[in-house]
Amino acid sequence: MDILSNLALGFGVALSPYTLFLAVCGCFLGTIIGALPGLGPSNGVAILIPITFTLGLDATSALVLMTSVYYGAMYGGRISSILLNIPGDEPALMTTLDGYPMAKQGRAGDALVLSGVASFVGAFLATIGLMLLAPSLARVAFLFGPAEYFALYLLAFCTLGGMASNNQAKAALAACIGLGIATIGVDSSSGLPRLTGGNLHLFDGIDFLVAIVGLFAIAEIFFFIESHGAGSSIGVKLDKVRVPLRDIWSTKWTMLRASGVGFIAGILPGAGASLGSFLAYMSEKSIAGDKGGFGTGVPKGVAAPEAGNNAAAGGALVPMLTLGVPGSGTTAVLLALLMTLNITPGPTLFSDRPEVVWGLIASLLIANVVLLLMNVPMVKIFVKVLMVPAWILLPGVTMISFVGIYSLSGSYFDLLLMVGFGVLGYFLRKLDIPTVPVILGILLGGNMEDALRRAMTLSDGDAMYLFSSPIAIGLWIAAIAGFVAPMFLRGLLKKPQAITD
Amino acid sequence: MAADRIFGLVALITAVAYLAAATQIQTNMFSGEFLPKLFPYMIGTVAAICALFMVFKPDPDPEWPVKGTWVNMALAVLVLAVYAVMLTPLGFILPTIFAAGILSYQISPRLVPAALSGLGLSLGLFVLFKYALGLGNIVAYRVPTPAKLWDAISILIPFVGH
Repeated sequence: MDILSNLALGFGVALSPYTLFLAVCGCFLGTIIGALPGLGPSNGVAILIPITFTLGLDATSALVLMTSVYYGAMYGGRISSILLNIPGDEPALMTTLDGYPMAKQGRAGDALVLSGVASFVGAFLATIGLMLLAPSLARVAFLFGPAEYFALYLLAFCTLGGMASNNQAKAALAACIGLGIATIGVDSSSGLPRLTGGNLHLFDGIDFLVAIVGLFAIAEIFFFIESHGAGSSIGVKLDKVRVPLRDIWSTKWTMLRASGVGFIAGILPGAGASLGSFLAYMSEKSIAGDKGGFGTGVPKGVAAPEAGNNAAAGGALVPMLTLGVPGSGTTAVLLALLMTLNITPGPTLFSDRPEVVWGLIASLLIANVVLLLMNVPMVKIFVKVLMVPAWILLPGVTMISFVGIYSLSGSYFDLLLMVGFGVLGYFLRKLDIPTVPVILGILLGGNMEDALRRAMTLSDGDAMYLFSSPIAIGLWIAAIAGFVAPMFLRGLLKKPQAITD
Repeated sequence: MAADRIFGLVALITAVAYLAAATQIQTNMFSGEFLPKLFPYMIGTVAAICALFMVFKPDPDPEWPVKGTWVNMALAVLVLAVYAVMLTPLGFILPTIFAAGILSYQISPRLVPAALSGLGLSLGLFVLFKYALGLGNIVAYRVPTPAKLWDAISILIPFVGH
């Protein structure tokens, strides 16, 4: 009963009135962030990190707050998918396929409540899975040496590039941009500046928060200027909200299956929530067959991707906590949060700082329950939030981003750099180059290089050392397969197009 | 087609420049001759190969915005850059009114709502940050000397600023 005592420790840390208050605030804020079109979980968490940091919260409180925001944003993403046919973030795309038709049939309230319950089931089961799986994976991770870690980081970039992008070269280029940025700054072993071009501001390197906020939040404003804020008005009216018990009961197996599929997809490093909701939807669609009516607004089509998406969000925490390798864009941002709090994820986290890990897990469970209780009766309030016009929302988000970064360092240089990353983000997204590998590269570049250097020092410069253990070879094979296989599977795994009116 | 080729070319030049800079990395006896350069070499090489792929196997062009929108976006970048350097010498409220107001106008070109949202956001966010969240280094306003103002603006002018 190791888990129960650990869980008791976690709840002991996370279940004080103050942290509960933070959890409620975080869930509320997160749901709003997720619901607003153009402000997904990654943006939301990214903007809030610098502010949380300057607030001077201790590690546990900050973690509780931000994980609540994270889960809340995953919940909130479905609201705009269902009502506006605009996914708040990428994983919510699959929810539009059946959610929006259901809303057009006048069952918007049912779809919202059903998807809320499905999110709860997915996230709850995934958190249980995380508790069971993470400690044993952490034990395996102790076997990892520098060669294995190098291969593992490579695997993350390869699968992320393979799955999340339509063009392998572009995904790899994005990873290189991030890794290249990570090499800028004072070198750890020689103590001499590298690749700074003599600029004093760059001696400390480029702060990943500056890059994240720039690429995710500032880039967004250019897209809104381009579209003149179109598509932010309300699409479908929401009438009375009641709990559709019959629908919930009839989709129970769908939710369970989708949670399993999503959780496994989330564990794969680099694959993340988008793949989870996609696989969950597609597998349920094929189980239901042609008679299932997927795509026309059936409850199962709403429940499956939401359960899968939220289960994957939980699953993505497994590699992030045990190995320090995030499984999705948002977990990459959460990794950034841990790093700002001076917590290094990895196998030692479980043995050295159990209160952080189990406090985090307990706060996930708390956030889940709070979200379910909050979402069913208060869904109307969140729908109101969707009516905030883009011409107030976007300038506001931009100013919050500026204040956040400014309060970190107080330097104009970081602000200018952030604007630069915003412009870069606009062009990258326009050219269909994924931005998540850039973030991952900046976050993991230092560790990846360290692993390589230690491997080279241990082996006295013999490159074959990188392939010297079965685990390392297995990871290399998985990395190459993860990068190459999607090229051939692309025809098979074609994403269904969102319906248009 | 063209967009990918241009971006690929820019990326290629950057990768080659990065590799060239990597050969110049200073080393000393603590780090060894080769280790600080190894990882940058690897990244630069992979990036150059990927850039070549983009040049020779480009994807179809995305839908680019029309000419007027480009002007708008360039203006937005300028506003954000000026805002970034003005935040220190002028304090929070005045620059934010202008920056938020202009951005709001660019998304939805109506003068009065834009001005109101600039004013509202500036004051609202200031109260939120200063009093609700207690962020220390946000100052309501400062009266700068002309020299300080010029110092801040000159950052944005190439070869003049520092």
